[in-house]
Formats: sequence, C-alpha cells, structure tokens
Amino acid sequence: MSAGSIDEDELHAYVDGALPPEREVEIAAWLAANPGMAARVRQWQAQKAEMHRLFDPVLAEPLPDRLRPGVRAGIRPGARARRARLVPAMPAAAAGFALLALGLAGGWWLHGRMAPPAGQVPMAQEAMNAHRVYAVEVRHPVEVAAAEHGHLVGWLSKRLGAPLRTPDLRSAGFDLVGGRLLPAGAGPAAQFMYQDGSGQRLTLYLRDAGPATPTAFRFASEGNAHAFYWTDSGLAYALVGEIGRDRLGAIADLVYRDLAAAPPR
Amino acid sequence: MIAAQVEAQIPSLRRYARALTGDATAGDDLVQDCMERALSRLHLLRPDSNLRAWLFTIMRNIWRNELQRRAARPPLHALDDQAEPSVAGDQLDRLALRDMQAALLALPDEQREVVLLVALEGLRYAEVAAIAGVPIGTVMSRLKRGRDRLAQLTGDSPPLRRVK
Repeated sequence: MSAGSIDEDELHAYVDGALPPEREVEIAAWLAANPGMAARVRQWQAQKAEMHRLFDPVLAEPLPDRLRPGVRAGIRPGARARRARLVPAMPAAAAGFALLALGLAGGWWLHGRMAPPAGQVPMAQEAMNAHRVYAVEVRHPVEVAAAEHGHLVGWLSKRLGAPLRTPDLRSAGFDLVGGRLLPAGAGPAAQFMYQDGSGQRLTLYLRDAGPATPTAFRFASEGNAHAFYWTDSGLAYALVGEIGRDRLGAIADLVYRDLAAAPPR
Repeated sequence: MIAAQVEAQIPSLRRYARALTGDATAGDDLVQDCMERALSRLHLLRPDSNLRAWLFTIMRNIWRNELQRRAARPPLHALDDQAEPSVAGDQLDRLALRDMQAALLALPDEQREVVLLVALEGLRYAEVAAIAGVPIGTVMSRLKRGRDRLAQLTGDSPPLRRVK
C-alpha cells in the first residue's frame, strides 16, 4: 500500500492503535516526512494522555456503598427513591426480576465487597483492584512494554523515588509483559505484569510503604483473585493472580528471593 | 461467574461516566443506574457477547434518555454535530477553557461520547459504532470534529488546516 494515499481516518486509527503493524510502520515513516501532520497527530496523542491523567485516578477510588449491589439492594431506601426520579418506573415483572437478579448476583458480590474498611483502601485491595482492571486488557495491558525494559524500570523507579527491579519469573513460566504507573492514594504505584504461555497473567504491585516495618507474607483473596503482600526495604509489594494459592505463594517466594538476591541499591 | 465479570468493569464505567458528566455524583448515578439495569438483564446476555460493549451500551442509553428528559430545559450547547463555533466565540472560549476537563464538557454530547469511548476507554471504532447506534463513518466524523474542537478549546491548535 502506498504511503501517499494516507487520509485523515488512517491518522486517527494510527493514534488509536487500530492499524495493522505493517501499516503503522508506513504511517510513522510518512509522518516523519510530514511535520505538519505529525504535529497534529502528537496533539491527539497529548489529548489522550491528558484524559488519562485526569480520569485514570477514578479507577483506584474505593467504590461508594451504592455501587456495591449487595449493600444497596436491601438497606438504601434513599438510593431507591433517587432511582425513581432518574429512571421511568419499571414494569412490575421486570422489577421483580431485577430484585431477584440483585439477590442472586448481589449476594455473591457482597461477599467480597464487605472486607475493606471504609476510608483508606488497604494495599492488597489496591493491588487487586489494579489487577482486575488491567489483567483483562487485551490491547493496552501495559503502558511500557518489556521490550523497552530500561526505560520501563528507569521511569517507574524515578516516579516511585526508589530503585526498582523486575524479578525474573521465567523459572515459573512467566515472562514480563511490561508495566504501568498507577495512582495509590496521594502517591504513585507501579504495576508490573507477567504472562505465561497460556495467557494467564500475574501482576506485581509496588508502592512506598511509608514508615511500615518489614512484614512476612500476608494473604488476601477476593473473588477469583488472590494476593500475597509484604513490605521490605521501604516498599510495599503485592503479587496478584487468579491461580491457585499454593502456586501463587511459591511465585511470591520467588519474587522475594529474586529481589533479595540483588537488592536495589 | 458473570457477576464478577460485571463487577470488574465498574472502575472503567465510573471513569467514563465521570468524564462524560464532569461530575462525581452524576457519574456514579449513571453507573448505579447502569449496574441495576445490567443485572436485571443478565439473562439476555449470550455467552459470546462482548460484556464490556454491552455495559457501555446500557449506560449510553440511560445517559441519552437523561439528556432527552432535560431537553425541556434550554440546552447548554447545541446538540447538532454540524454546529461550528463562530470565530469570535472561539476566541472567547480559548480564554476561558484552558483545561481538558472544561474543553470536554464544551463538546457537543455526540462528540464527547465518541472521543471518550475511543481515547479514554480504548474501545474499537466498530464497538463505538454499535454502542452509539450509528455507522462507523459517523463515528469517525464525530471523532475528528471532537479532536479538532478540543484542540481549539485548549488553545494549542496549530494552524495546520489547509482549507479555511
């Protein structure tokens, strides 16, 4: 395909990662020779980055009670009154079904949702939330891929203010996919993602541990997601995955030993 | 279990609703409406359905209904895709709208919806077309207009248009 036939639709598709890789390469080459259009493309990319900067923190906010169906189904008459204003009255049969569905789905839902105390989100909860959001992501699982390993580690180390390393989990069958920066309360957190041959993903979540003293492994679980978490050398770590507890524990041990073998200076 | 998969989408639905409405409470209202409607319709979901697109479609329909309900009141800005700002209005806007959040809220609803679904939520053009119930060509046109308008509003639009 000729690079001369590029139209604006394709430039948007380029920004949105919607092109086949070979076409992406052609467009990138064409843009290098067309600084005017390249500036516009950079502007669209900058808009995108700005939207993520503004709104990605919402992903890590603790859910209000009314977005936990198990809680709201039974004990929030105020919320139900508000519903009546916003949504036209449901036919009685549909409403009955809705309540039944809420009872069935919500009951299960509630089971995992009641654990965290109001206010601060515990470290393991943050890590599991982040895992749940990104581990299912097909197109953009990481911000920086493992191919740019030096940049990935340098960037996240700088943002977290501590020298980070990506543990080598190949002996457990997991390769590094890459990583991303996340908000953790007022500060930053890093997430490294690993994947095995079957597509199973693990995430290692790290943030500043504050004044916390080193701890042994602790275990948390929510739905299918399990987490082992600990603090060491001023950093809090959580390894999250949807694999069996024993296997996850063995890999958490591997992470710990790998980091201890070559401690960050 | 399906409820867990629905639950996993809540943070992303909240992010989108917050950006779409520009308000935390209004955004969470939208998510709450969406979750209740989705849970009441889980039986309609086929195993091979695209759950994420399905949830965004439900939320989108609730949002559009809400906009229509408010249409009795004078709209804050034109809903028409074709509406182009006057030059004078544009310059005024540039002074007032320096940041992305304000610029997004100043977009026509159709453009804000498409820009956010594509640029913030990373949905494919075909998914966005299905969610908004329009052809892909319309999605592209709204995306282009929306991005150009955002650039104007945030005041960093380089004079690159060859055609006036």
